[in-house]
Amino acid sequence: MAWLKQKEWPWWQAGLLLGLLNMFAFFTANYYLSTSTTFSRAAGMIVSLFSPEHVAANAYYQAHMPIVDWQFMLVIGIFIGAWLSAKLSGSFRLSLVPTLFASRFGPGAAKRWGIGLLGGVLLGFGARMADGCTSGHSLSGAAQLAVSGWLATAGFFVAGIATALVVYGRRNY
Amino acid sequence: MGPLQITGTARLLLGLATGIAFGFILQKGQALKYQKILDALRLRDFTIWKLMFTAIGVGMIGIHLMNAAGLATLQIKPTILSANLLGSLIFGVGFALLGFCPGTCVGAAGEGNLDGLASGVVGLLIGAGLYAEVYPYLLPDFLKVGALGKITLPQLLGLGVWPTIMLVSALLALAVWYLDTVDRGALAVEPKKTGLTAPSRA
Repeated sequence: MAWLKQKEWPWWQAGLLLGLLNMFAFFTANYYLSTSTTFSRAAGMIVSLFSPEHVAANAYYQAHMPIVDWQFMLVIGIFIGAWLSAKLSGSFRLSLVPTLFASRFGPGAAKRWGIGLLGGVLLGFGARMADGCTSGHSLSGAAQLAVSGWLATAGFFVAGIATALVVYGRRNY
Repeated sequence: MGPLQITGTARLLLGLATGIAFGFILQKGQALKYQKILDALRLRDFTIWKLMFTAIGVGMIGIHLMNAAGLATLQIKPTILSANLLGSLIFGVGFALLGFCPGTCVGAAGEGNLDGLASGVVGLLIGAGLYAEVYPYLLPDFLKVGALGKITLPQLLGLGVWPTIMLVSALLALAVWYLDTVDRGALAVEPKKTGLTAPSRA
């Protein structure tokens, strides 16, 4: 129990457990740790509220139906698990703007949320075009030795590093 | 025997439980922290790199052992050079601007970061929705450029599965070892920078 209340686990413990969790997913669900398809399904549900015909006629939603499946529940679980872990260690804090962002761009929430929103849109669009994210392609695809997984992982980090260096540089804030 | 066949509500609950463990581990591993993710991308702190490489290595060996024992079925995503490359580069820009990836964004929201929820999750829904609208136009041409099917590294390298796993494991272990020495070096310098020794004389 003390272990569950720890503020952090060393990287090798967390990494080992994520690898084991992926094995568990393969065995119990015949599926792998992955998240981004859920955002397509959820977007389809939201669009359906306004125009179900549009969603029914769209080729992408036909291939990724707006339904709640194993992965959809997994994504909801991530939220609960992170909350639980933070609560147990007493590190749960409501925050509007990350400290690093505030020291670079100022404490205003509008700027952070605007840039974050743009980032989120690119993230969602890119993940669906690449057919996976850092979970599906990197944790799971690379582990299966899929060429797509290693290629996408390289792309995520090359563009991520370049953008982070342009936005923040390497210096200490 | 193969993987378990769990269906219906039990499968949904299983997904929820797996997700709770996923979020729990990510939170404990510091992988949901904006600072940690940005510092990983700024090449200042390699905690997340080491965590990811470890997870990939353990998963790789474990999943292939289970596959050999008939306990898991590999599920290789097809390689489409155009979509994998352009999509992952767009993703990378978003990754650095938001400071989270899709999974960590949901986790960060659970940890109390309202920006993860308001800008991250909302942005992800918009981005995924936009892609669904664009997809029909990409389908006939763009998504056929460099479509190589469900290929794997062993096939690409012309090596057996286990030799490839040994090679990749060795490279991952070497990378983790090297990045760890870099992190330890940075840690040893840090106290001087932040001036932790100064106040005692005041």
